[in-house]
Amino acid sequence: MSDIADRVRKIVVEHLGVEEDKVVDSASFIDDLGADSLDTVELVMAFEEEFGIEIPDDAAETIQTFGDAVKFITEATS
Amino acid sequence: MELMAGKRGLIMGLANDKSIAWGIARALHGAGAELAFSYQGEQLKKRVDPLAAQVGSQLVIPCDVAEDDSIDALFERLKSEWGGLDFVVHAIGFSDKNELRGRYVDTSRANFRLTMDISAYSFTAVMQRAAPMMKEGGAALTLTYYGAEKVMPHYNVMGVAKAALEASVRYLAEDLGRDGIRVNAISAGTIKTLAASGIGDFRYIMKWNEYNSPLRRNVTQDEVGRAALFLLSELGSGVTGEVLHVDAGYHVVGMKAIDAPDITKG
Repeated sequence: MSDIADRVRKIVVEHLGVEEDKVVDSASFIDDLGADSLDTVELVMAFEEEFGIEIPDDAAETIQTFGDAVKFITEATS
Repeated sequence: MELMAGKRGLIMGLANDKSIAWGIARALHGAGAELAFSYQGEQLKKRVDPLAAQVGSQLVIPCDVAEDDSIDALFERLKSEWGGLDFVVHAIGFSDKNELRGRYVDTSRANFRLTMDISAYSFTAVMQRAAPMMKEGGAALTLTYYGAEKVMPHYNVMGVAKAALEASVRYLAEDLGRDGIRVNAISAGTIKTLAASGIGDFRYIMKWNEYNSPLRRNVTQDEVGRAALFLLSELGSGVTGEVLHVDAGYHVVGMKAIDAPDITKG
């Protein structure tokens, strides 16, 4: 779990250029971390590549926060 | 060998480092070409700026191909910066993603018009302005997909627009050929780009291509880049009006390969 969270956090920090301590479970990519609509698509693509998983469009739409992403990826990789 | 040394060209439609246009830009830059980029909107500008810098380009110019004035302004700027132009890469398409799933028959008039305008007509509008700048001849390239020729799941109205785009390539090739301007298209295999993320079940389509294309894999953006270099350079000097498939051979296949695993969407 923590390993997944760390890897997701690394992607988010690198992609959005935000401080690591801002990337908390409740942090919304768009509202809190400054992502635009293309960033959210790029993040999903980066998660898929990093974890070798597929995130369908309807699931991607439910991933709004860092916590959502970690939860989805944890379930998808278990 | 610097195939493109001294050549100057415009790349339209770069979105990020996964873009097919980026594979093309790198191949052209690697062969010595000088590049300019156009982008639509601030969201894309912030992505294009750093990539343009990586290939030594400071010319990053806004252009909304839905507006004639905007295309005019782009080419005015290029004219003042460069005078002439040797090549253009058109990697632009758009459709409402809600209509890139489900049935083609449900396409709305508004999205049909929009998709045709941005994905097909824009290439003609661009060539109207680019051709007069190609005083010593030139080359133009656009990107298409097999969904223009055969029915592919979810490609829908974009397939219809790409068919129009491919026909445009042939008519433009005829009109501009006497001025030494060649016009071609690359029909690229499935590549996971930002634009492709708007197409329903795209991962399934990619998997199918991987299992069933003669090369048993998908193509890379660099492979498309090298084919683009061929078409835009002297290597392709005898080629115009052509749609070159860079798709691991998928377009010759008639049915599922015997050894391909059965896959279901998921």
